[in-house]
Amino acid sequence: MSPILEVSGLSKRFGKVVTAEDLAFSVEQGSAMGIVGPNGAGKSTLLSLITGVLPADAGTIVYDGQDITRLSAGARSEAGIARTFQIPRPFVDMTVFENAYVGAAFGGDSHGQAGYDTAAEALEITGLLHLADVPAGQLRLLDRKRLELARALATGPKLILLDEIAGGLTEKELPPLIEMIKGLHESGVTVIWIEHIVHALLEVVDQLMCLAFGKVLAIGDPHEVMRSPEVIEVYLGSTFDLGGAAS
Amino acid sequence: MQWLNAIIQGILLGGLYALLAAGLSLMFGVMRIVNLAHGVLAMLAAYLGVVFVNNLGLPWFLALVIVVPIMAAVGYVLQWGLFNRAISKGGLAPLLVAFGLAVVLTQLLQQIFSADSRSIQIGALGTSSIQVSDTIYIGWFPLMTFVVGVLVIAGVQVFLNRAPLGRAMRATSDDPETVNLMGINNRQVYALATALAMATVGLAGMFIGTKTQFIPTYGDLVLIFAFEAVIIGGLGSLWGTLVGGIILGVAQTVGSQINPSYGLLVGNLVFLAILAFRPQGLLPKAVTT
Repeated sequence: MSPILEVSGLSKRFGKVVTAEDLAFSVEQGSAMGIVGPNGAGKSTLLSLITGVLPADAGTIVYDGQDITRLSAGARSEAGIARTFQIPRPFVDMTVFENAYVGAAFGGDSHGQAGYDTAAEALEITGLLHLADVPAGQLRLLDRKRLELARALATGPKLILLDEIAGGLTEKELPPLIEMIKGLHESGVTVIWIEHIVHALLEVVDQLMCLAFGKVLAIGDPHEVMRSPEVIEVYLGSTFDLGGAAS
Repeated sequence: MQWLNAIIQGILLGGLYALLAAGLSLMFGVMRIVNLAHGVLAMLAAYLGVVFVNNLGLPWFLALVIVVPIMAAVGYVLQWGLFNRAISKGGLAPLLVAFGLAVVLTQLLQQIFSADSRSIQIGALGTSSIQVSDTIYIGWFPLMTFVVGVLVIAGVQVFLNRAPLGRAMRATSDDPETVNLMGINNRQVYALATALAMATVGLAGMFIGTKTQFIPTYGDLVLIFAFEAVIIGGLGSLWGTLVGGIILGVAQTVGSQINPSYGLLVGNLVFLAILAFRPQGLLPKAVTT
């Protein structure tokens, strides 16, 4: 197995706020990595750096053996990197189908009938096919999250970055979403998934990274990372007290 | 009967206004750019028409086929060279850049072509007409202008609705950052949108330059007519722009029927009334959030 993503020395700061400092990690092809960390740890920024929406201040990102640090976001999308947003950002004036089609035609480079097929397939996987002609602005939250996933899938990704896709969903809505992501992972797509709902994460990922203040706090086996004293301290404070840990 | 005639002529004139306004509407719809240079760019196209037809003696339709791609290329270059840079500065910058461009281009046209009024020659087609009844004549050229106006509006609308690039333009209009994650280069989409808008401006410039005597500063009036058509119809809606153009045209010809000097006044009053009582326009784009 070779790594699909190798990040080294990656740094990004906004003024004095450091959101990524000398980050280094690698993700194996076909694996699933979870990212946890307190708010402001730089998790979403990391995804923006990988997709190229934000330029890195320093460091390199190697994807599929190619240095993509200087590549535009559009080119990275065509190379097979896709992302979903924490707060869904569908193209609200377009139909659900058109949303997926835009991903297929440009990110996935499949035109004409092939583009329609790819878009329809992405909607079928995410259970949105019956809503294909509905304007995306009218979707409820779960369906918006599904659409984020469908649009990302339609680009034909090799690496998919999920930003708190389970956030805001009810316990009942979670299992189908987890199954969907599992299915995606089993089909060979590499997954990097930021999530606060750790039990959802642990059902899918085989590697876990904890970020805090723009640095890697711990990385490795998910259960070991969750047990490590540094992670517990960041999440729960140094005086670990089960009674106050419910939040 | 003369009132009916005024309304028919007004509808035909409305086709020209819709054609003029299509590019303005498109650039605003896709990029939120208020292109204050729109009118003078139409004048640039009109002067190109003068050069090709009057000076070089090319047939009118051949000149049209040449001017439209030239204007599209001008649009593409303008977007990459000026507007894309201005957009990243945000807010007011594109508006100011467009205003500056309008000033410079007007002076440039003045310098090259002088302030003498010109008109593109089209020969007999310019004056021939069909007699509908004793008092109503429909000119071939106004009719052709109207048909082209409707076809351009319909064509751009179908393009935006159906074509992959049109869908990319709508997606970019919706969220210019997220489209990059769909493999779309938003700046390239902008450049192509402006190229398309300027292609319609090329058509509009040829038609208006043939219909009227014009000078470089005539672009100001063209800009105002285009704005009025867009706003009467509703921002961001191309069909609305067609309706807006027709309403403006009818208002002007009916006004002229009351008194030959009232044409512009009545057109502007109708525009004012729309602004006062229905500021979102007659057919505004359905906004979902």
